[in-house]
Amino acid sequence: MQVAEHDVLVIGAGGAGLRAAIEASAAGVSVGLVTKSLLGKAHTVMAEGGIAAALANVDGRDDWRTHFADTMRGGQYVNNPTMAELHAREAPDRVRELEAWGAVFDRTNDQKILQRNFGGHKYPRLAHVGDRTGLEMIRTLQDHGIHLGIDVHMEWTVTRLISDGGRVVGAFGYDREKGRFQVFRAAAVVLATGGIGRAYRVTSNSWEYTGDGHALAYEAGAELIDMEYVQFHPTGMVWPPSVRGILVTEGVRGEGGVLRNSEGNRFMFDDIPDLYTGSTAADAEEGWRYTQGDKEARRPPELLTRDHVARCIVREIKEGRGSPHGGVFLDIAWIKEKLKDSEAHIRRKLPSMYHQFKELAGIDITSEAMEVGPTTHYVMGGVKVDGETQMSRVPGLFAAGECAGGLHGANRLGGNSLSDLLVFGKRAGEHAAKYAGANPRSAASGAENEQVEAATRDALAPLERQDGGGDGVGSYAIQSELQDLMQAKVGIVRSQAELESGLADVLALKERSRNVSVAGNRAYNPGWHTALDLPNLLLVSEAVARTAALRKESRGAHFREDHTAKDEHWGKTTLVVRKGADGEMEIEEEAVTPPREELQQIIEENR
Amino acid sequence: MASRTFRIWRGEQGADGQFAEYTTDITEGMVVLDAVHQIQAESAGDLAVRWNCKAGKCGSCSAEVNGNPRLMCMTRMSDLPEDRPVTIEPMRTFPLLKDLVTDVSWNFEVKKRIKKFKPRAPDAADGTWRMDQRDVDRVQEFRKCIECFLCQDVCHVLRDSHKHDEFVGPRFFVHAAALEMHPLDTEDRLEELKEAQGVGYCNITKCCTKVCPEHITITDNAIIPLKERVVDRFYDPVRNLFRIVTGR
Ligand SMILES: Cc1cc2nc3c(=O)[nH]c(=O)nc-3n(C[C@H](O)[C@H](O)[C@H](O)COP(=O)(O)OP(=O)(O)OC[C@H]3O[C@@H](n4cnc5c(N)ncnc54)[C@H](O)[C@@H]3O)c2cc1C
Ligand code: SF4
Ligand code: SF4
Ligand code: FES
Repeated sequence: MQVAEHDVLVIGAGGAGLRAAIEASAAGVSVGLVTKSLLGKAHTVMAEGGIAAALANVDGRDDWRTHFADTMRGGQYVNNPTMAELHAREAPDRVRELEAWGAVFDRTNDQKILQRNFGGHKYPRLAHVGDRTGLEMIRTLQDHGIHLGIDVHMEWTVTRLISDGGRVVGAFGYDREKGRFQVFRAAAVVLATGGIGRAYRVTSNSWEYTGDGHALAYEAGAELIDMEYVQFHPTGMVWPPSVRGILVTEGVRGEGGVLRNSEGNRFMFDDIPDLYTGSTAADAEEGWRYTQGDKEARRPPELLTRDHVARCIVREIKEGRGSPHGGVFLDIAWIKEKLKDSEAHIRRKLPSMYHQFKELAGIDITSEAMEVGPTTHYVMGGVKVDGETQMSRVPGLFAAGECAGGLHGANRLGGNSLSDLLVFGKRAGEHAAKYAGANPRSAASGAENEQVEAATRDALAPLERQDGGGDGVGSYAIQSELQDLMQAKVGIVRSQAELESGLADVLALKERSRNVSVAGNRAYNPGWHTALDLPNLLLVSEAVARTAALRKESRGAHFREDHTAKDEHWGKTTLVVRKGADGEMEIEEEAVTPPREELQQIIEENR
Repeated sequence: MASRTFRIWRGEQGADGQFAEYTTDITEGMVVLDAVHQIQAESAGDLAVRWNCKAGKCGSCSAEVNGNPRLMCMTRMSDLPEDRPVTIEPMRTFPLLKDLVTDVSWNFEVKKRIKKFKPRAPDAADGTWRMDQRDVDRVQEFRKCIECFLCQDVCHVLRDSHKHDEFVGPRFFVHAAALEMHPLDTEDRLEELKEAQGVGYCNITKCCTKVCPEHITITDNAIIPLKERVVDRFYDPVRNLFRIVTGR
């Protein structure tokens, strides 16, 4: 068995993992970075709209307090307040640091970093580069990181964490190229594996998003929180079928794009939630002025939070006012009534949207409306961590980025993920390095050998079953069934009966998946890789279905048609998922931590 | 629904590969990558292919489709001739790992050899810089690169002459140009560009520019200006005399 040894092992090379690796490396410890894909291809590269940070470059009234309050309101006040505070306070420095490492953001007229409007943010707050902000961010981190002596293990997948005496001491994984196995010994491990979007049929997420970090942490004894909160982004492509789910950035609406139904009505004006009545534009004209930077104007209803916009779209479609291919219309072309050079303007502000529609759908967004509908996008739920250090309850195991829970509460605001990655990636790296310094890694142990043997057996099983033949099921087929059932029963609009039936289906699939068999050998075999991802995907699906069935209210991204209102008890309750002593999934209600007084006051002032 | 035939390269490291034929149904709007995935799910579970974003943003799914270097996720089936099978091969400039997947690790090693960004001192007391959008526009073109390595794949200096040790290829000239023309950068990379990185090998065939899915004008905007800077520095007699005299 090959062995790699590092002080800190970072699993995942998106924004969170890269930032953690950079920080740990700067602290002087040895760092290994593992990624399922090539470097620079993680989800972070796809982020479009921007990074939220209260730089106050465009509107001087912005500050961390407002950003904090916006994040809490967006999360329906069940966020971890410590994380929301640190995030809002530290995001500006993290963004400026990117500039020092070579990032080139779009500029204001006075040559500072430009910021744009986004849903739920009171002021223009998103630092951006056209609509390819994630590319700028990941490339900056990557290009900075490669000169720091970090050992990068590209196209390696971790399938198990190794623990000893209650702490995490490493990981086990395979490489895509040859299917070789390796042990990664480490004093501290940072999970930065991203989300779970592959559990759904219609998704903006890639093959990588199979909830690996969530599952690795769960199996190692850590807890997951907020798993019922899955974000469905309101605007994914709906046509042609093969591109269904691909993201259409909120930046389109930030630049003045409007939503219309088949009757040409701007339906978002029809239903404005109480928390937002005071801050929403009275009419189309005011909304337009807001997008153009008029500080007196209030935001158009298209820029309400994602959960709400997604549900309004579902309503329009359900009630028969949808577009021909089962979406609604998103129109940015209309701004030609307002701007002389609108076509060039759109192409400059939204270049990758322009190309995406032109090349994949044959639509010119500068002259035609797009068809859009909700798509699975982001998981608010994740590993429960300490807000300051990002350590889970398992000593030596840290988590940051999308796979960690707490910051976003019941609904994430756009732009708050990229900032999350930087703020908490840095913190995780810093504290993992500290932990590694204080608790050096041990030599190989009996415990390690046992776990490695088990992991090896599990990894090889699907390949070995092909010879046993008979009733083997294919990994693609199981994944596909899971996606359909999660989409249908554990999706945007939920009910007790469907959730329970969904859960039963997930458990049945789990049973069947024990028989998964794959053809071929260990060399770069996607069928095998898919089989090894399945247990993780099934585990997170089970967690989502179980917690969603328990939470009998509607809050943020979790919408129950049989409990449409918010509920006081549930507003104070977080659902915590862990592996019970009997090996079964266990869920506990835990009280939401109230913000300390100063923070509570900030929230009240910004209601 | 029309059924189409594909000839897809199948092979493993070190072994002789060959085309295998597959047939699958094509629906409206499908791209080549969708067809490959469908074939994978239907009849070739172990068919190796890289992808992530399915929207031309990550640069993972590079291959040669009907002989042309393309992103499979941005190549629509309806744009390919219907009267013959679609051939899909891996990028030929890089060693094969399996089927459509190649070993592109050389590119990641090359990048480390290019000196990193070194900014001038901050412009403002709070540690920030000022840049004009006009100056930013120029490097933003280069920073659009998604590292698909299709330009590396077509460049004859790599593909036919195998100058991997002396020439970094168009992708990394774009990278070097992004750094050299960065409004804040103060590093000097001309010596290496001339010597170790071999900008002189490029004879401006523009094949790289033609295949770039991000429409970066690699040759005109990145390589030629770099060549000019190298010439100015190392071959301009007046400049050289000046340097000898002033010692700069
Ligand atoms: C299309 C799109 C647009 C978006 N736009 C925005 C935006 O404008 N603003 C914003 O704030 N957010 C945006 N988001 C959300 C944001 O991009 C993601 O939440 C964020 O990038 C996640 O970063 P991460 O570092 O947590 O994980 P990722 O960037 O997804 O990285 C995960 C890493 O973990 C690795 N990994 C996973 N499992 C394993 C394993 N088992 N073994 C080894 N490695 C593993 C992967 O290979 C990858 O390297 C967008 C998301 C999408 C999909
Ligand atoms: S222009 Fe230069 S770099 Fe580009 S393909 Fe031709 S020789 Fe290679
Ligand atoms: S320059 Fe263009 S072709 Fe070359 S790697 Fe970058 S995006 Fe691909
Ligand atoms: S899959 Fe990302 S570019 Fe094709």
